[in-house]
Amino acid sequence: MMPTTPEYMRFLPEMILTITGILIMFLEAVLPDGKKTIFAPLSILGLAAAMIAAATSDPGTAFHDMLIVDTFGTFFRVLVIGVGILAVFSSSEYLTRENTPGGEFYALLIFSVMGQCVMVTANELIMIFIGLEISSIASYILAGYLREDPRNNESALKYFLLGSFATGFLLYGVSWIYGITGVTNLELVRHAIETPGFDSFALAGVAAALIFVGLGFKISAAPFQVWAPDVYQGAPAPVSAFLSVGPKAAAFAILLRIFLTAFGPIADRWTPFVWSCALATMIVGNFAALKQTNIKRMLAYSSIAHAGYVLVAVTAHSDTGAAAAMFYLAAYALTNIGAFAVVTYFARKGEQYVSIDDFAGLSQRQPMMAAMMTIFLLSLIGVPLTGGFFGKFYIFKSALDANLYWLTILGLLNSAVAAYYYLHILVVMYMKEPGESSENLPPVGFGLKVAVYASALGTLILGIFPGLILDYASRTVLK
Amino acid sequence: MTTLDLVLFLPLIGFLLMLVIPKDLSRMAALTISLAVFAASLALLAPYWFAYPTGYTFETNISWINYPPIHYHVGLDGLSLWLVLLSTFLTPIAVVVSWKYIDHRVKEYFAFLILLEFGLIGVFISIDLFLFYVFWELALVPMYFLIGIWGHDRRIYATVKFFLYTMAGSVLMLGAIIYLYNQTGTFDYNVIRNLIASGHLALTSRAEMLLFLAFFIAFAVKVPLFPLHTWLPDAHVEAPTAGSVMLASVMLKMGTYGLLRLCVPLFPNAAHQSAPWVNALAITGIIFGALVALVQPNMKKLVAYSSVSHLGFVVLGIFSFTQQGLDGAVYIMLAHGIATGALFVLVGFLYERRHSLEISAYGGVATAAPNLAIVFSITTLASIGLPMLSNFVGEYLVLQGAAQANFNYAVAAALGVILSACYMLWLYQRIFFGKPSESVTHHVFDLTPREWAAILPLLALMFWMGSFSQTFMPAITTQNAVILQQMQQPSQPVVARAPRRAASTLVSPPSASQEAR
Repeated sequence: MMPTTPEYMRFLPEMILTITGILIMFLEAVLPDGKKTIFAPLSILGLAAAMIAAATSDPGTAFHDMLIVDTFGTFFRVLVIGVGILAVFSSSEYLTRENTPGGEFYALLIFSVMGQCVMVTANELIMIFIGLEISSIASYILAGYLREDPRNNESALKYFLLGSFATGFLLYGVSWIYGITGVTNLELVRHAIETPGFDSFALAGVAAALIFVGLGFKISAAPFQVWAPDVYQGAPAPVSAFLSVGPKAAAFAILLRIFLTAFGPIADRWTPFVWSCALATMIVGNFAALKQTNIKRMLAYSSIAHAGYVLVAVTAHSDTGAAAAMFYLAAYALTNIGAFAVVTYFARKGEQYVSIDDFAGLSQRQPMMAAMMTIFLLSLIGVPLTGGFFGKFYIFKSALDANLYWLTILGLLNSAVAAYYYLHILVVMYMKEPGESSENLPPVGFGLKVAVYASALGTLILGIFPGLILDYASRTVLK
Repeated sequence: MTTLDLVLFLPLIGFLLMLVIPKDLSRMAALTISLAVFAASLALLAPYWFAYPTGYTFETNISWINYPPIHYHVGLDGLSLWLVLLSTFLTPIAVVVSWKYIDHRVKEYFAFLILLEFGLIGVFISIDLFLFYVFWELALVPMYFLIGIWGHDRRIYATVKFFLYTMAGSVLMLGAIIYLYNQTGTFDYNVIRNLIASGHLALTSRAEMLLFLAFFIAFAVKVPLFPLHTWLPDAHVEAPTAGSVMLASVMLKMGTYGLLRLCVPLFPNAAHQSAPWVNALAITGIIFGALVALVQPNMKKLVAYSSVSHLGFVVLGIFSFTQQGLDGAVYIMLAHGIATGALFVLVGFLYERRHSLEISAYGGVATAAPNLAIVFSITTLASIGLPMLSNFVGEYLVLQGAAQANFNYAVAAALGVILSACYMLWLYQRIFFGKPSESVTHHVFDLTPREWAAILPLLALMFWMGSFSQTFMPAITTQNAVILQQMQQPSQPVVARAPRRAASTLVSPPSASQEAR
């Protein structure tokens, strides 16, 4: 049976992204050097078109149920494409500054986003794997994009080695599932497990564990988090921003989809495991972040801690938990992209100024950038009227719904610990006198301005009118 | 839109306005805004002038977030009325006090001061628990910057400590609020209280105690109750004058207000069970605070520890569960706001002259600045609790209420009154009496007109509160009677305002996803 037009339409965002990516690679080869400034606008155009296509696509399945466009998928598709747009805005100047204004950066970024789109709408384990590979391979290259910088090389190599290892786990888990149930479609897997007479619960548990290990790496859950600080610190700042939100959001999307849909019936078996992972992730992330002096490294540990909060919502394994995780990931994406954009701006050529102490007196030299950074940090702390606050609120609410009292209490206390290291940046920016590092700050370029202001605005809007997104996310039914 | 909404949002509008006006105008703008807020807040007195309504006045209840149902539900009662007025009254004074003291990053400073007012007013008028939490945290941020940027040498340590203590306490309160929501389907304080009181929401005594503790710790940190008080002296010593004034006079009252308004009425059984150890901590705080104040070489630290002592009285009054105790507690909250606020203002004046907070740097100031000495002496006497001045009424009532609850409490707490006379009078003696040193005669001049303008309203209120307590008392008494009644009659019918499903769906949380299915 040939795919029908509506089925293709459900795949339209991915097609637009692929075409844009290939077009950029093609133009890279034929355009003269002077005209290469069009790549950024072109990428934005392609991503924006894909976003519109994703936002308006009809619910339903495509290609023999391999893809499913539902509330959940649409939400995440729009989210990862949005992250892509913000990443393009925040990296265009960075590339000029580092003298590498190549088109391949944008092409890779777009391919990575495309892979994430496939992941979040995949309804089938093989599709999930394919999407994950497309996204990851592009990300590995992005992490080492400045190939003459040793830090970039280290980052890319670590990311690649550990990433492929983890993908192996995932694939192994998938093959177990296929061996046990004979299917790879998530709903059919669920159906098989639910069928009376199914007796391989222990084997299904092993498969779930293998898949969790694979995805745990992608979301940097403890104890699979060790790569994250090195990679985020070494990669170019805009790439770190992208890696810490885009692939992570997509990985969480498939984690939720696999565990709530396929492994929903054996939730009793995996929740204790995820419970302890969530707690360990929060603790490792927060306590390690306390000690950091490099801001990129600190944000890396902070992103580990935030993954821990989202895992709390996964542990709740309910639709409210899924909605809370969706809201949280959206709020976190805006906040973190914004924070990294400020870091990108401040680091300047060659990323010289990435120590936290370098931010001394930023509020006096660039009051607007400091004010925006304040919004992002307050959101990361979880102060009311920012998106981060409602994210935490919904997550802990869903956890209490699921009677996870201890996890809630420990999570809340963790977020108080986290306040310390975020406050430290505020202290440095506002309460220390400016030093050598904040002299001769260049004006903020257009792209960065857009990225920073748009993220800050989004963070505040989510903090004042969270219903805008939550009402949509609450329609999610993962069964 | 009621007057109350206006009073709440004027500071927010003012704050946004201050971000865009030129730097030179920021002092004037802050003064204008804060005076306008104060003028508007006077209109809030109208319903309480001739009558003593027991319910809420100026109530607004509109939906803010659909799901979970969070409402912008605000209203005023006899308790919050005076605390709102205290905030709006002290903000212009804080602006005047900072007029010359703040010389760098002026615009940001005054903007934060106005934003602080917004948060404080919001805390005192929120009826929706979620809204309450939002304002509770929001008030923290401007104070964090006020101490951290414009404070003294160890300001960063002090401000981070202040933020973390409060934050650690309040996250548990957030957990408790979410738990209550999951059980009842609403954040509305009235509805939740009625559900608990009527037995529709049956809490096991263990759950009630845990919830009580979650709220209690958040408030006790803010009060601050011994042994959670250690952030306070640091924050006070390092804060700029206006920061100390707002912190001592209004922010600490957020804690005692929360205890009286939320913690005790929501969980009366747990509150009764905890009363012995809470009172023990309060009395320890009273005596410990006073003793430590006695040996402080630093003026601000002395006043800060005196706050620990005074606030101990407030907690003792609340946990005596008697009409007098509660009335006295509220009265001390207000009187302490005026008297200690004035003390911090005066200490700030001294600091601006001599640039030292060490008591030993002074001596003989009465010769150099006689008017300052007179004003300081009146404030000292008010703080000690001399009859006819503000604190006396409250302390007397608290001791009476405590004596009704347990006579030993009153005996122990009365020691604190005596000790307060010791440390305050000794402080006065060391600063103002004796022969002025060279540096004192050289630097310390008498009050300027601007300083008179800041201190006179405070002095007037000290006399007024001490002599005409009937101006303030009826509204407070009426409200406290309601609270006591709520505590002692655990069974009450659910009011009509309760949402339909609140009683029926105590178990399954309502969700938008169900409707969508």
